[in-house]
Amino acid sequence: MRYFTKDHEWIDVDGTSATVGITDYAQGQLGDVVFVELPEAGRAVVAGKEAAVVESVKAASEVYAPVSGTVTEANGALADTPDLVNTAPEGEGWFFRLRLSNPAELDGLMDEGAYKAFVASL
Amino acid sequence: MADVDLSDCKLLPLDALHRRLGGRMVPFAGYAMPVQYPTGVMAEHLWTRERAGLFDVSHMGQLLLEGEGAADWLETVAPGDFKALPAGKIRYSLLLAPDGGVLDDLMVTNTGRALYMVVNGATKHEDIAYMAGLMPGSLKLTHMTDHALLALQGPEAVAVLERLGVVPELPDVPAVGAMKFMTGGPYLWGSVRLGLSRSGYTGEDGYEISVHASDAERFAEALLADAAVKPIGLGARDSLRLEAGLPLYGHDLSPEIEPVEAGLAFAISKRRKVEGGFPGAERILTALLDGPARKRVGLKLEGRQPAREGADVFAGADKVGVVTSGGFGPSVGAPIAMAYVDSARAADGTALEIEVRGKRLPATVVPMPFHQKNYVR
Repeated sequence: MRYFTKDHEWIDVDGTSATVGITDYAQGQLGDVVFVELPEAGRAVVAGKEAAVVESVKAASEVYAPVSGTVTEANGALADTPDLVNTAPEGEGWFFRLRLSNPAELDGLMDEGAYKAFVASL
Repeated sequence: MADVDLSDCKLLPLDALHRRLGGRMVPFAGYAMPVQYPTGVMAEHLWTRERAGLFDVSHMGQLLLEGEGAADWLETVAPGDFKALPAGKIRYSLLLAPDGGVLDDLMVTNTGRALYMVVNGATKHEDIAYMAGLMPGSLKLTHMTDHALLALQGPEAVAVLERLGVVPELPDVPAVGAMKFMTGGPYLWGSVRLGLSRSGYTGEDGYEISVHASDAERFAEALLADAAVKPIGLGARDSLRLEAGLPLYGHDLSPEIEPVEAGLAFAISKRRKVEGGFPGAERILTALLDGPARKRVGLKLEGRQPAREGADVFAGADKVGVVTSGGFGPSVGAPIAMAYVDSARAADGTALEIEVRGKRLPATVVPMPFHQKNYVR
């Protein structure tokens, strides 16, 4: 099941594990991504707090953790090919995986239909 | 990714065109301006280096200084040799505060009848007030608010203007292709008058074109109809000028900075270095003689992570400077920055570190421009 945040992150949940990235809308707003600073495995992230930083040619933008948890893996492919965030934001351009510490936080997120409506309203 | 509020922004003469072209409008210098078009900053940057990019720089202030002794008076606020500036020639100069701090950087053209100046958009109203407050009543300063300013930059810019049939308005003005860099004059596109100069701020050959606001959209569309031309936003304008090693006012230049530490001593003409007579001359000429305490330098970072404005620069444990502009150089293919650093650490090849979010990134002082300029001398 995939959820979305108002800050344009997506989280794909499988039991208590999840994969996090930014949406196609987000990459379009950011422009050409040249570098992504990812959290290391073992780091605890908190829902709504900074978990990664994405750098475009022009600016740095924070990416927030959709839910709280412990990072289990960062996407090493982004080190050499950060433009995966632009070309495959909701696939190969994922940011990190985490183990959820409070799955109830998912209730506060949008499903795909709600997110599409949210983006259309912007 | 906050929503952009443009409600307080003035609109450029080409506002409707920018929106039709899909420009993402952001507030800049009090105007709604396109930061990029759908192709994005990277593609726009590279296109300008390879073909020709069209920039709307109508936010900048176009000023006309007229009257007997205009050049003499301008020398009292800027350190150029305007008295000896031949008609048709352009000089880069600096508007100086009484203490020698930089209030703005500007281009000054001798049109033969007047001095035409282009100043920065964010500072133009302060510039006008400053100059008007010091000017004798015999001079007239006009803000050409009815004119748009376009920049056509890139190796194909000359061919584009030739294809469009832009011709000199007067017999003694050279053809578009024969103009030298940093010269300008009156030209015609059909019956539309253009103030054309071979200049720009991208490190490429190209032109800046002053055109009446009522003709601007038609002219811009004619340029864009050429397959070599694409519209370019502020994002690529910034990355292009950064690669070209050109300082941006409000970032790399400010009232706290004097010209010598900014590496702009070339803007103080030879005669003025001897005679002085410009604001802050004593401080500036001392810095020229003794060397400034800090210098604007170029830094090339290892890896891919950019450092941004405000990042501290270190030599070991010592903070030795601060980044004033930084980003990723699309043509360089690496992160680059401009910084002010202690003069002892300013030599080319000096290994330094830039602190970004608590991490130290290795960087080396390198000569600017980062990307070789392609001007037609």
